Amino acid sequence: MKDPRIWGLKKSPWVYHVAAASCNNCDIEILELLTPRYDVERFGIVLVGSPRHADALLVTGVINRKSLPRVLEVFEQTPKPCLVIGVGTCTCNNHIFLNSYNAVGPYDKYLPMNAYIPGCPPKPEAMILGVARALSRL
Amino acid sequence: MTGLTGWKLAFAFVVFPGFAFTATMGLVLTWVDRFVSARVQWRKGPPVYQPFADMLKLLLKQTVVPAGASRATFLLAPILGFAAMCVTAVLLFYVNFFPRGSFVGDLIVLVYLFTLPPIAAIIGASASRNPLSAVGASREMTLYLGYELPFLLALAVPVIRTGGAIRIGDLVLAQQAGGPFLYSVSGVIAAVVVLICIQAKLGYPPFDIAEAEQEIMSGVLIEYSGVPLAMFRLTKAMMFFLMPCFLVTVFWGGLTSWWAILKFLAIVVLVILIKNTNPRFKIEHALRFFWFILGALGIVAVVLAFVKL
Repeated sequence: MKDPRIWGLKKSPWVYHVAAASCNNCDIEILELLTPRYDVERFGIVLVGSPRHADALLVTGVINRKSLPRVLEVFEQTPKPCLVIGVGTCTCNNHIFLNSYNAVGPYDKYLPMNAYIPGCPPKPEAMILGVARALSRL
Repeated sequence: MTGLTGWKLAFAFVVFPGFAFTATMGLVLTWVDRFVSARVQWRKGPPVYQPFADMLKLLLKQTVVPAGASRATFLLAPILGFAAMCVTAVLLFYVNFFPRGSFVGDLIVLVYLFTLPPIAAIIGASASRNPLSAVGASREMTLYLGYELPFLLALAVPVIRTGGAIRIGDLVLAQQAGGPFLYSVSGVIAAVVVLICIQAKLGYPPFDIAEAEQEIMSGVLIEYSGVPLAMFRLTKAMMFFLMPCFLVTVFWGGLTSWWAILKFLAIVVLVILIKNTNPRFKIEHALRFFWFILGALGIVAVVLAFVKL
């Protein structure tokens, strides 16, 4: 038996959804992920309303000069240990905003990222896979 | 409670039927709730150990106290509701198994103990210095003012039917002699009113106005993390176990027979189904509903109880 903190985190990851200036496509897919069809409550995943309750932050959107301080603040408000998972290609490599003056990504310059889930938007199956891989690496 | 002294009293508070037993049953019931909800939505639902894993995780997580919050009040508020539920468990089971051993007025004490968890939530939310939390606290207070009136009116029905007994032991004995209060017109109306008040006391939909996740982001609990959040959730789980027990005790013949388990489960499933099939009220609609509809029903039940129907 490993660290009980990690076991608890693996068995009941509560998810807070940080929409950092995304185009809403990834957000809609995340909402679809939480519908009865995919039933992520099987794995104990619940969407919570406050970062104080969260164990995993699902960050969407290309990070820019305006959203960066907000995302960092939400990360600081989250009690540790917590996971940070980037959803969508924008979080990985700025995507279509590659040479924009405003895009300052990718995220791992600023946050300890646990996983990136590429896709524009990623399918819910891909998100389940990404979260499961991130949890299995803990 | 004359029979309980010394280590027996300590055992009653800590193990059975106090903390350990009630918390375990409450967490199992939380799983039942999530499982039945999942089945209503045609899902598979979480595994049995899910609420325990949640608790373990929360207990081992970091506790954040927001800057500018009243630290002592913020951290001590969850203990108030939690301790109240432990005392409630002991009192409720004691009066069921030793109906003559309790004191006069324990019904009133129980009613007050059941009001402590919402008050703890209000105190904690007000201490957290968060505007959404303050909105949640004010909604919780309004809701509390709403449901307490029909709740007390409905509880007056068994008291009137027994000719003024405010000892739960006397209510249990009267039901064992003359049949449960539920099997009469006034009893049915009062039990329905109490059932809906239970829904509101637990903060379940359609009365989860104070914790509305979509509009005020968990409301009263927004700033809580780690151990205090675990205590609030545990308090709620214990309430979820104790409120149906209370309903069975006062209206449906007490907890001493094996049938009580089935009655208890029936009430729990009813609460879960109401929770799953109703959208959230607005706070003013909830207040109107409690005062003018349930309050009127409560008065009708009281009048019927006076004419012995």
